[in-house]
Amino acid sequence: MLSLVNLDKHFGALHVTDNVSLDLHPGECHALIGPNGAGKTTLIQQISGTLQPDSGQILFNGTDITALPPHRRAQAGLGRTFQITSILPEFTVLENVALAVQATQGSSFRFLRSVTGEWRINKRAYDCLALFNLADRANRPASALSHGEKRLLELAIAIAGEPKALLLDEPMAGMGKEESATLTDTLLTLKRDYPILLVEHDMDAVFALADRVSVLVYGQIVASGTPDEVRANPQARAAYLGEEAC
Amino acid sequence: MRGANLAALVIFVLLAATPWLAEFWGGSYLTSLVMKAMILGIAALSLDLLIGHAGMVSFGHAAFVGIGAYTTGIMITEGAPNLAHILPMTIAIAAAFALITGAISLRTSGVYFIMITLAFGQMVFFTMSSLSDYGGDDGLTLWERADAFGTGLFDSDTGLFYTILATLITVTLLLRRLIGSRFGRVLRAAKQNPTRVESMGYSVFAYRLTAYVIAGIIAALAGVLFANQAEFVSPATAAWQRSGDLIIMVVLGGMGLRHGALFGALAIVLLEEGLSTLTHDWRLIFGPMLVLMVLYTKGGIAGLLEKRGET
Repeated sequence: MLSLVNLDKHFGALHVTDNVSLDLHPGECHALIGPNGAGKTTLIQQISGTLQPDSGQILFNGTDITALPPHRRAQAGLGRTFQITSILPEFTVLENVALAVQATQGSSFRFLRSVTGEWRINKRAYDCLALFNLADRANRPASALSHGEKRLLELAIAIAGEPKALLLDEPMAGMGKEESATLTDTLLTLKRDYPILLVEHDMDAVFALADRVSVLVYGQIVASGTPDEVRANPQARAAYLGEEAC
Repeated sequence: MRGANLAALVIFVLLAATPWLAEFWGGSYLTSLVMKAMILGIAALSLDLLIGHAGMVSFGHAAFVGIGAYTTGIMITEGAPNLAHILPMTIAIAAAFALITGAISLRTSGVYFIMITLAFGQMVFFTMSSLSDYGGDDGLTLWERADAFGTGLFDSDTGLFYTILATLITVTLLLRRLIGSRFGRVLRAAKQNPTRVESMGYSVFAYRLTAYVIAGIIAALAGVLFANQAEFVSPATAAWQRSGDLIIMVVLGGMGLRHGALFGALAIVLLEEGLSTLTHDWRLIFGPMLVLMVLYTKGGIAGLLEKRGET
């Protein structure tokens, strides 16, 4: 599905991505964990295309997307959410999702016809919102949503683009315990339809969702395997799990 | 929304009645002043597509007005005065210039975008100043107006007046549809959060460049009208001060708000005119007025008018 092959990235003397290889198989959730500064965000940026690796390859559905700009990767079916909530604050909740739907419904170089009247787009957008229990918020400005709702809206936007795989960058960030638990359930349902590459700090969520876990430390993958294997791995424990045992 | 639409309707009616009103007060002076204001309104509306809806603060928009004016002036001088030739030529030149300079300028953003569009604008200004065959620094006087497809519409001030008014109304309606279209939605979204829009699968660059070309063409058409109205073109049309005026019109009128740019253009032209009859040092009053307007009216004139309607 998605393969990173020997990715390498330097920021000056800092080796932020050190020969990283990683696979996301169809139907699975692959979690990427690691302490702060391990290079998770840099890696996500390289996958989504906002940052170019120095060397290595990124394959998606068998094609090399290493050189493609972010929007082409999205068109190829790579949906993503952001670590820091990234929505369109001045648009309504519906319009946020409708814009993502619009990208899947032919060219947007259409200049004269009113887009708010395109019922096909609106209907699909409503359906996506309903998946995340946001349908009753549809006509609110997106900026008026609570933090938790904004995180859900991000997911709705990602799903609306009809992705073939999802890249979720800390979807639980800033959420309370209860909200995280609800979101974990939602993601469990999504997992059935979309392969997910999950970057997450919340270990409860990771172990509930992930089929496989990779541990990233100082830009290197130090351990990779099923959740149980990783839990048992001394290197992974030392690097991450032990420190975060709170 | 109602306030701004109502105000715009009143303005359009007043504009339409101007040639008639001028018979009682102001005469041809009034009609030519109002024509100038409407032409600037067209240019400001096109700039608002960039500033207000796409978040692209272009500081070289007058260059497009200059391109339209010079294309008209040169073609009339060279014996090709028919609009049937002038319009396609103007559109082609403006589109090409917008495509090339836009593609380069859009590699930057923020202050750098402002500076690079300013630089391209100045290039046009200096190019026009160096056209020694066409008046150079002094500009070019036109001995006749363009031939409006053989109808003689531009032979009378009234004909030209209503052509300008019709263009203004058409541009207003066209831009409103554009902003509400698929294209317009992508543009407005990219103003708020370009990274998000990219990650949905849109090339923000392509949409912004298209908007830049559309705005450039409309401004160039304003330039065609300007050359006919003034019967004179000069490099000053494309000067950076003119670009600055257009930005002030957009900001004062209300960025991205319905009819804002039109309100701004009319207000500035009329204020300039009104104040300069009062005192020689009218800028001493005009400057502080602008500052106060920007400080205390969020959303400019259109914002004031819409305040009761929404939020």
